[in-house]
Amino acid sequence: MTAPASSTKVRGETILSVDNLVKHFPISQGVLFQRQIGAVKAVDGVSFELRRGETLGVVGESGCGKSTLARLLMRLETPTSGRATLEGKDLFKASGSELRRLRRNMQMVMQDPYTSLNPRMTVGDIIGEPFEIHPDAAPKGSKARRVQELLDVVGLNPEHINRYPHQFSGGQRQRIGIARALALRPEVIVCDEPVSALDVSIQAQVINLLEQLQDEFGLSYIFIAHDLSVVRHIADRVAVMYLGRIVEIGTEDEIYERATHPYTQALLSAVPVPDPEVRDQRNMIRLVGDVPSPADPPSGCHFRTRCWKAQDICAKEDPQTVPRAADPHPSACHFAELRPTTPTV
Amino acid sequence: MTVNPTPASATPEGGHLLELRDLHVEFRTNEGVARVINGVSYHLDAGETLAVLGESGSGKSVTAQAIMGILDTPPAFVRSGQILYRGQDLLTASEEQRRQVRGKEIAIIFQDALSALNPVFPVGWQIGETLRQRSGMSRGDARRRAVELMDLVKIPGAAKRIGDYPHQFSGGMRQRVMIAMALALDPKVLIADEPTTALDVTVQAQIMDLLADLRRDLDMAMILITHDLGVVAGVADRIAVMYAGRIVEHADVRSLYKAPAHPYTKGLLESIPRMDVRGQELSTIKGLPPNLMRIPSGCPFHPRCPYVQQVCVDVVPHDLVLGDGRTSACHFAQEVRDDSAR
Repeated sequence: MTAPASSTKVRGETILSVDNLVKHFPISQGVLFQRQIGAVKAVDGVSFELRRGETLGVVGESGCGKSTLARLLMRLETPTSGRATLEGKDLFKASGSELRRLRRNMQMVMQDPYTSLNPRMTVGDIIGEPFEIHPDAAPKGSKARRVQELLDVVGLNPEHINRYPHQFSGGQRQRIGIARALALRPEVIVCDEPVSALDVSIQAQVINLLEQLQDEFGLSYIFIAHDLSVVRHIADRVAVMYLGRIVEIGTEDEIYERATHPYTQALLSAVPVPDPEVRDQRNMIRLVGDVPSPADPPSGCHFRTRCWKAQDICAKEDPQTVPRAADPHPSACHFAELRPTTPTV
Repeated sequence: MTVNPTPASATPEGGHLLELRDLHVEFRTNEGVARVINGVSYHLDAGETLAVLGESGSGKSVTAQAIMGILDTPPAFVRSGQILYRGQDLLTASEEQRRQVRGKEIAIIFQDALSALNPVFPVGWQIGETLRQRSGMSRGDARRRAVELMDLVKIPGAAKRIGDYPHQFSGGMRQRVMIAMALALDPKVLIADEPTTALDVTVQAQIMDLLADLRRDLDMAMILITHDLGVVAGVADRIAVMYAGRIVEHADVRSLYKAPAHPYTKGLLESIPRMDVRGQELSTIKGLPPNLMRIPSGCPFHPRCPYVQQVCVDVVPHDLVLGDGRTSACHFAQEVRDDSAR
């Protein structure tokens, strides 16, 4: 497989830019005359930039809106408001052939390798399907050869092109999903929990594959996961989401070593550590309660109902995700400060 | 495979509370016979916590189902072995005797609380059901006891929430309801089958704390089944690592982590991404877990093992007892442990 043209482009320049993205799902009542009685604020004003060749990790608990964010970027959902540009072109205004071109450049790897592959299609058909939608991506007659190349790239036997998904294990299926995403030589791949359905030993194989492909093809990843250890391993920068908002964003080091938002600190301290020695030394923050419903988030700072630092101002004023005095990376907390002892060791 | 008494703790007088001896379970399917459990032996004493660690298909959950007597038969059949509870073999006991043990002596909580709870009955009714059926409590008494149990598992506003349905609870709260149900008859052994796998990390920490508190306060013994060593490291006394239906290594948490003595455990620990080290590449275990219908000859791990020699292909390794009271089912256990300790 030849490297895509993008490898000549400058690494580190912004490839995807997202500005104040909002997605509210309406809640309606009534049978004949449906009226909207509220909205689930799944994504509530998210902004970030993705640079060429980097991995942006997006972490958060279930219901924080990270998967909705992925679906918005893939245009599987229509945003309520906000803007996103891929290489300067507006993602949400594009239609017809322009949208098709944009989509070629941005692909997705889904979480569940058991339901994201059509059981009635052979592996060759699954990986080759993008070429039917974009016939110009593979010259006529070369489709089968391209599919075999892709199988080889993701570490599967090219002779298995006529097998069906059920003949593969979970890790191998995820490789098929990755091959499908690579087929059109995209520059950005959105990975929505790509390893959470896999066993540890298999998870490591898939993470290594993703890293190796990134080096080889200069890919940029948006890597969505709930496992903070995996994200630390793979990401260059990390965004932490809570109830539809990014509460803190920064380099891997800034988030894991110098987090200033209480939620990030609590999340990091809750990660199970297998090493008993480290476990004894660390100092865990125990959050009380559950994440509030995104249909009715708390006023002001969304995290204040579970925060031990909450004051009156937190209920009145929405903290902006801006650089803070404690550490110069954006954090959405009025009382942003470093933890006295490093929580993660 | 011979049965070695698991040496990590000495046999107390009167025997162990729960002991599995050379358990074999197979699934007879149309495609063939899958050998899911192949000679599992472990024991549990009062008040202690044993973690059973393994990946999907290693047989850790099936072992638990065999203890509870809730295997789906067919296709699952216990081929041989013993499950001794206070010296009584549960496998030869009558269904009525097993029913007396189930819930009252040994209780289980499952991974997915949403599908384990009945969606059309209020949670209080479901917690009380066990009490009405088994302890013959009146409706009112069962209801009062259900509130107490919900308080015990720290569900806020228990008295108000007793009439709520499972869908009105969050994932963590549902798991608490499950725990309350399991505790209803005051069991001596609690089996927790992946109790936090479906939960977020902050909630996971709350549930693990709750389980550790309950075990201490109620003086239960606990079997924690998991695929995540990090989750159990803080609460378990001992760990049994399973692979292809066998226990390949058995040790206390600290020595297991410090110097794993089985190549599978070693590979597993090395493939976990760590928060404190930002490594270049994760080490992996090559290949895939075996198909249980065609388990490799000799040591089942040999096709994936970096230490493999001819003897591994030919001879099934026995549990090798290591000096410090651990076992490892590997021909080169000593060597592996020395390598990991380095």
